[in-house]
Amino acid sequence: MKPILELKGITKSFPGVLANDNINLTLNKGEIHALLGENGAGKSTLMNVLYGLYAPDSGDIYVNGNKIEVTSPRDAIAQGIGMVHQHFMLVPVFTVTENVMLGDETTRAGGFLDRKTPAKRILEISDEFHLEVDPNSYIRDLPVGVQQRVEIIKLLYREADILILDEPTAVLTPQEVDELFTIMRSLVKSGKSIIFITHKLREVLTFSDRITVIRGGKVVGSTTPAEADQNQLAAMMVGREVSLEVDKAPPHIQDTILEVEDLVVLDHMRNIAVNQISFQVRGGEILGIAGVQGNGQTELVQAITGLTHPTAGKLHLMGQDITNASPRKITELGSAHIPEDRQRDGLVLTATIADNLVLNTYYKKPFARSVILQEDKVLKNAEKIIDNFDVRTPSPLIPVGSLSGGNQQKVIVGREFSRPIKFLVASQPTRGLDVGSIEYIHERLLEKRADGVAVLLVSTELEEILKLSDRIAVMFNGEIIAVVDAKVATKERIGLLMAGVSEA
Amino acid sequence: MSDSEKKEPTNKKDSGKIFLEEVSKSPLTVTFLAIFTGLLLGGILVAVTTESVYQAFNVSFWEGIKAGAGAIWQTYEALFYGSVGNPAKIVSAFRSGNAEEIRRAVNPFFDSLVVSTPYIFAGLAVALGFRVGLFNIGAEGQLFIGAITAVIAAIFLKGLPAIIHVPVSLLAGFLGGGIWGFIPGWLKAVTGGHEVINTIMMNYIAFRLSEFLLRGPLKNPDGFAPVSAPVQESAELFRFFKPPIRFHMGFFIALFVAFLVYLFLFKTTWGFTLRTVGSNPRAAKYAGMSIVQSTVVAMFLSGGLAGLAGSNEVLGVNHNLALAFASGYGFDAIALALLGKSHPAGVVLSAILFGFLRNGAIQMQVLAGIPVDIISILQAFILAFIAAPAIIRTIYRLKEPDMDIEAVTLRGWGGN
Amino acid sequence: MTTKTETLTKSEIFSPSRRITMGVIFLLASALIWFLFVQTLEPGIQTTFKMIPGGADQVIPDWIFSSLPMLRVLSGITLVAGGYQLARGFRKRTNLVLGLVGGLFIFAFLTWATADGSLNLAGLIRSALVKAVPLTLGALSGVLCERSGVVNIAIEGMMLTGAFVSTLVGSLTNIWIGLLAAVLSGGLLAAVLAVLSIKYKTDQIIAGTIINIFATGITSFLSARFLQVYQNLNDPGRFPTIPIPVLSKIPFIGPILFEHNMFVYAMYIFLIVITVGLNYTRWGLRTRSVGEHPKAADTLGINVFRTRYLSVIMGGFMAGFGGAYFTLGSVGRFDELMTAGRGFIGLAAMIFGNWNPFGSFSAGLLFGFFDALASKVAILKVPIPSEIMLMFPYLATMVILAGVVGRSQMPAADGQPYEKE
Repeated sequence: MKPILELKGITKSFPGVLANDNINLTLNKGEIHALLGENGAGKSTLMNVLYGLYAPDSGDIYVNGNKIEVTSPRDAIAQGIGMVHQHFMLVPVFTVTENVMLGDETTRAGGFLDRKTPAKRILEISDEFHLEVDPNSYIRDLPVGVQQRVEIIKLLYREADILILDEPTAVLTPQEVDELFTIMRSLVKSGKSIIFITHKLREVLTFSDRITVIRGGKVVGSTTPAEADQNQLAAMMVGREVSLEVDKAPPHIQDTILEVEDLVVLDHMRNIAVNQISFQVRGGEILGIAGVQGNGQTELVQAITGLTHPTAGKLHLMGQDITNASPRKITELGSAHIPEDRQRDGLVLTATIADNLVLNTYYKKPFARSVILQEDKVLKNAEKIIDNFDVRTPSPLIPVGSLSGGNQQKVIVGREFSRPIKFLVASQPTRGLDVGSIEYIHERLLEKRADGVAVLLVSTELEEILKLSDRIAVMFNGEIIAVVDAKVATKERIGLLMAGVSEA
Repeated sequence: MSDSEKKEPTNKKDSGKIFLEEVSKSPLTVTFLAIFTGLLLGGILVAVTTESVYQAFNVSFWEGIKAGAGAIWQTYEALFYGSVGNPAKIVSAFRSGNAEEIRRAVNPFFDSLVVSTPYIFAGLAVALGFRVGLFNIGAEGQLFIGAITAVIAAIFLKGLPAIIHVPVSLLAGFLGGGIWGFIPGWLKAVTGGHEVINTIMMNYIAFRLSEFLLRGPLKNPDGFAPVSAPVQESAELFRFFKPPIRFHMGFFIALFVAFLVYLFLFKTTWGFTLRTVGSNPRAAKYAGMSIVQSTVVAMFLSGGLAGLAGSNEVLGVNHNLALAFASGYGFDAIALALLGKSHPAGVVLSAILFGFLRNGAIQMQVLAGIPVDIISILQAFILAFIAAPAIIRTIYRLKEPDMDIEAVTLRGWGGN
Repeated sequence: MTTKTETLTKSEIFSPSRRITMGVIFLLASALIWFLFVQTLEPGIQTTFKMIPGGADQVIPDWIFSSLPMLRVLSGITLVAGGYQLARGFRKRTNLVLGLVGGLFIFAFLTWATADGSLNLAGLIRSALVKAVPLTLGALSGVLCERSGVVNIAIEGMMLTGAFVSTLVGSLTNIWIGLLAAVLSGGLLAAVLAVLSIKYKTDQIIAGTIINIFATGITSFLSARFLQVYQNLNDPGRFPTIPIPVLSKIPFIGPILFEHNMFVYAMYIFLIVITVGLNYTRWGLRTRSVGEHPKAADTLGINVFRTRYLSVIMGGFMAGFGGAYFTLGSVGRFDELMTAGRGFIGLAAMIFGNWNPFGSFSAGLLFGFFDALASKVAILKVPIPSEIMLMFPYLATMVILAGVVGRSQMPAADGQPYEKE
């Protein structure tokens, strides 16, 4: 097999960070090559360099043995390189056709758009690879899995030979992941070559032909699924032995803390996102909500934490009705929340760490006496939490926005865990974090469980759910289609549920 | 993050270099240079639009340059004399011992303070709005309404001693402006209607309202001009000196109010709430803060502060209400708030600067025939340099600071 | 493959509270017509509406009718609308019906105000159109900028500058060169806005405010310095009124729509060109993509910065053109601060019109109508002081903004500087 793509000595640095350090990578024609590394290792940066979004400090790119210059996505596209980003690059208010032809529009005289010809071509591509996409539908009406296929069509429309997929499975159910890889196989059969970026070990071993592992901006090794196993790969990714199992003590279940009854919640487009859900969470257990992003988990958490008011149904926290309660009231009852989007919902980036640590308690004693802020107490509190939760920072008085993702999450965890709490909602708590931080968060969650706190864990990472939960509830299309005891849950079973295949 | 370890300055030269580097990075330097450059450009503009300069160029290039420089110099001289006073006149006045002459000589300085006072109030108003993420362009209208309510209290409440009448009239002004700010604030909080458009609309409504009142119900019965009756003496703000010096209590009231705003924003829980809502409304909501409440309260207070600006003018300076008595203060206040980085201390300093500039500009018009609108041009330049500090940094080859913290964040139209 | 392209299920929940509010509003209109208008008129009085604007040479008889019966009919229609809205609701057509009810109410008001007198209805409508021109041109300027994602509140300043430049240059040369200079001056200011917001990533509203302050200052400064001293520099002339051959003869609407100066006709053309351009050309698709999802456009090789620069400068040209209307198309000389907030009302029109050219035009017509009404009503013996009537356009803007925003679709990336990470 001849290399269709070679990256030689690619180096790219940003202020304060060497993202890619002299990286070499070879892609053979017709192969599926996995680029493996943990969050922040430099994989996306490397691919952005290849796609022309970043200019490398040094290094060369060869396509089919010829050195090429890629200074912008236009160059990359011209060279037959296409990229599907982790966050889709689709304009929601445009149709599939408009999104696909953007930048490469077919026009009639005078610059007028020809929508029919591209639509026909899109239909052809869709049929050839069984993508089942309707060219005239609007992106905002399409489910996420289909949107991804539109992104793939974008590449095929431009006759890309080298396809880069950045974390393509983050938003898919296990079955949709299988479907995606079937598509990838057929693409490769027709002559394309694929690089896919991921941090998921199982996928890499199941679906790739070759694997390159990146750590801290450097290539640490290249191997094949035949030669490596999960533990080896994990160790290469992280640089040390990683325990993939966790010691979970048996649960010590207490009273019901959270009671959800026939809850109905609308999303911001006024569609039904949560459709008559009922469940309980008891003290001392972790109830994991599994499901692909977009099945109502976000809205469910918003209702439970008071950000949105449910349209119907009831919520009770420790016996008290919190259906229409404000976030403050819910917090004061002893509830804590690690939000899904830490920078948008959990922190004020321009405010100091100390101020962020009292974001929901600043108006109470000891941080305030009637309306006057007690700054010395705020500072002491910050010093204590920084110490207890190992937040790496030179001072409590710098803006929290200057901390790394992992440390920001520790600030939130520190803040929420330093109050006496009976109930915790953790929503995607380890998204975008490095392995060390992930381990840390998992340990603290289990700690709270042991303390008797009722923990509601919402995560799209099935591994995380399986690892930590005592019971697993699967959300699909706004409903809980099953609640499964963790002891008898398997990835396959939960995966089917996540795809809506109920077990009745 | 930046781990700059500075070695011990081994000799004076090193420490000098480090000092220069720190000065170079400091945002204060940018501010100072922005003002300086703005003034410079303003002077050049005046020179370029002066006929005598062109005529001099016709004679010879060098004559032209001299004339140009002379025009610029004249401009700044007029500006200085108008805002601070003519040093020669001051000295001779003190020497002569004539009280009236002294007063006249030092009047420019005090008058600059008088002109600064409404700027302080209005600048605080806009700054408070910025802190909550709101753009209050309605300071002008709120100022007018505050003036109206203050004047009504000052004219029609009879028989009150000054020690009560003054605070009551000021309070009336505060409430009037506050309501005028409350309305667009409420609209924004509940319907999402953007405060930029609504406050501008409220401005025009306020102008029409004041026209209506001054041509009708509030008109001074003793005349035909659209002016109100004079306010009662008991409502006037105390003046420290005899005419022509108009310096009155309002200046100190403004400083005191600025201090109150500082305490409010940075030392109270309410201020903490407002600032958080301004920096990140979603996180604020999750932390239990009410966006609606913060928006409405902030706009009310902001309007009230602008109302105080208007009250200050009618009670302290004019002692009556006339049409268009204080035009342009509202827009200038925006510039002030930005220049002062929305911090009460910065606002006070900027307000005093602008007060001096404005007073000086009025004199420039009288002494050198330069239209007073030069002030707006100067403001625009200074603001542009402050808003895009990179320009100043490039021109003067300054260093980038280590961390850029945005004090003010505004979010397009939809704002979320 | 189990998943196909399908639309997600939407639940049609039209909030009952909105339905009731609207119903109440319709009923309120009916009640107001009844109690305010019907009850205060004597029977037998007639309303006369003249149907030709002043100065046109058509002959259409005046529309004379009995005031009271007409008012009763209008009250009845709105009553029925209110009842239907409360009972079943017009759903998707609610906004349309709201507009109709509003229109009927205004017609009732006019009928009542003109009772026993006469009003030039055609003249009123024509005046509304004329007053809508600067608003629409301002809104179009906004549309061009904002569809690419740049908020432009400096339209007021650009228009003012255009007005000034057109006067100065027009006095020195002729109206066409004056117009060209105005257009270019608008573009120049827009370029400054673009550099500040795109290159230096200044907050766009702050950058726009700076431009406004500058424009106010420089036009007043130069006007005082030159135009007032040399009166001949403040005399550029005006574009003549040109009736369009066949169209201006159409009864009633002919003189209203087709007997104007070049600016109005240009506005018609711009409305069509921009609408077609945005929705049917490659330029339009790319511009809109940059305004909705600049990163997506960037990954497909579209130069986000250049697209935004171009759009903003084009918006500046349009604003400069609109500014020239105040002088070359209207009074024929420059007065300080003559734009009087029209640029801002144009922005409101743009928002109200959902960032669409024709939507903005409708909004502009609405505001222009209130503006025209305010001056006409001062003539009619309506017991409302003229200053209060003049408040109406602004009040109307606020009310409409309150009802419309939240349901509007602004370009998704509007106001956010694009960071190429």
